Amino acid sequence: MVQASSGHVSVMDVSKSFSLKVDNEYQTIQALKSVSFEVRDSEIVTLIGPSGCGKTTALRILMGLETTTRGRVTVGGKAVKGCGYDRGLVFQHAELLPWLTALQNVMFGLEMKGMRGRELKETAMRYLDLVGLADAANRRPYQLSGGMKQRVGIARALAIDPEVLLMDEPFGALDAQTRESLQGELLDIQARTKKTIVFVTHDLDEAVLLADRIIVMRAGSIQEVIDVPLPRPRGDLGALRGTAQFGEARYQVWKALHRAPDAASH
Amino acid sequence: MSDQTSLAAAAVVREEPALRPPREMPRWAITSLSVALAVLAWEIFGRDVNPVFGSYPSAIAVAFWELLRSGELHAALWQSMQAFLVGYGLAVILGVPLGLLIGRSRFLEAAIGIFVTGAYAMPLVALVPLLVLWMGLGFAVKACIVFLMAVFPIIINTWLGVRAVPKTLIEVGKSFVASDFTIMRRIVLPATIPYIMAGIKLAVGRGVVGMVIAEFFTAISGLGAIIITAANSFDTARMFVPVVVLMVLATALNSLVGYVERKVAPWQSEISGREEG
Repeated sequence: MVQASSGHVSVMDVSKSFSLKVDNEYQTIQALKSVSFEVRDSEIVTLIGPSGCGKTTALRILMGLETTTRGRVTVGGKAVKGCGYDRGLVFQHAELLPWLTALQNVMFGLEMKGMRGRELKETAMRYLDLVGLADAANRRPYQLSGGMKQRVGIARALAIDPEVLLMDEPFGALDAQTRESLQGELLDIQARTKKTIVFVTHDLDEAVLLADRIIVMRAGSIQEVIDVPLPRPRGDLGALRGTAQFGEARYQVWKALHRAPDAASH
Repeated sequence: MSDQTSLAAAAVVREEPALRPPREMPRWAITSLSVALAVLAWEIFGRDVNPVFGSYPSAIAVAFWELLRSGELHAALWQSMQAFLVGYGLAVILGVPLGLLIGRSRFLEAAIGIFVTGAYAMPLVALVPLLVLWMGLGFAVKACIVFLMAVFPIIINTWLGVRAVPKTLIEVGKSFVASDFTIMRRIVLPATIPYIMAGIKLAVGRGVVGMVIAEFFTAISGLGAIIITAANSFDTARMFVPVVVLMVLATALNSLVGYVERKVAPWQSEISGREEG
């Protein structure tokens, strides 16, 4: 077996199919076809591909929200069986509980983990502070902007101190400026916490800006794995976009996305 | 030249007191006026009707005062409310958890759901003679009829509410390894509160109907008794008194539930009308 540090993710020959009723007929949909990849401890890997390529399914399997039809998934050397506190999920639309304040939303995961009393509140507050929302602790989700909601979502996932942070297109619904500042903050937080991050996106720039490696997916399989030779810490992301390495990496991913075994259809 | 005039016009506009709220009639005033007009119309036209076939507000007010003075109204109201509160309370206490369970469990939904929808659609009133056979003519049968009328809308609304809870919110619970019970208590229940409250409101009206019917068919007692005896002696004004009292009571109960809802789920009134991202 792979000698794994705690944040190491290993996906071995994983297939996932489910049946879907279309026009009164059951069709088997192959969401993943023997997908294998590894994510090293403290690495940021982005999964990119068109809708329906299986990237979100892969992430949900890592989280334990879906099972595999075939293959093995391990996190930190342990086989994934259902959800666990070694993984934290950041949802596409934050999915804060609307009846709780920002602070209570962060406390929710910690409470589930069994934390109580002063430690609970202080820990939650520390993570809200980490995402820059200490002042908004008592606001409810409807009083938060989209970007703020997603910050709370990140704080909630980070608070349980998972080994791996799994993020499902978390910035997809945000405006360009908010998205950019959150990308920068995510990199800062990762630099401080050294979390392994698996990040699903359909945004080319985002994939390159965040990743150490990019996994390009198409139709349930891995099309290509691309190394991003940009240095870490990444510093000013705006300036980074102007560099030749960024352009080169971006072009590589673009080519991989467009080099279709079967023509991309929408 | 024209620039100057428009500038001058702008200046004039700015001198106007800023942001005067538009003069609109407040809602309560519209409602009060509408009720007053309806009562007035009833009073005017009702006087032309033979007092056996109809009545009018001032006659009802006089009958109300008489019933109040003789103490009949208090006694009857208390009798009725006891049965109502027990039946209705039980309906809430049992209906909500049952609705939650049916909504969450595929098995229970398939096994019990059909009985609930069936019982809701069934004319329960038709069963009253049978219930009397089982339970006699006393308090128990009245409470039971109120319960049966009230419990099904509560179960059905709660059930539908659970079905409407976004799957992703449940996954939030799962992603933090919450147990099914915890997910139910911490996520499903609060997310379902608006539906539960809607069911509880519906149940008020149905429960009141159940109560009056029970009082007609069983031991003649409570407000239902006043209605029946007054109707039998063609005292129509007197008959209207409990009807009006019940209407006011049911409306008040509904507002009370609405008030409780805003206290228990203050986020809801803020969210509704906004798009949720």
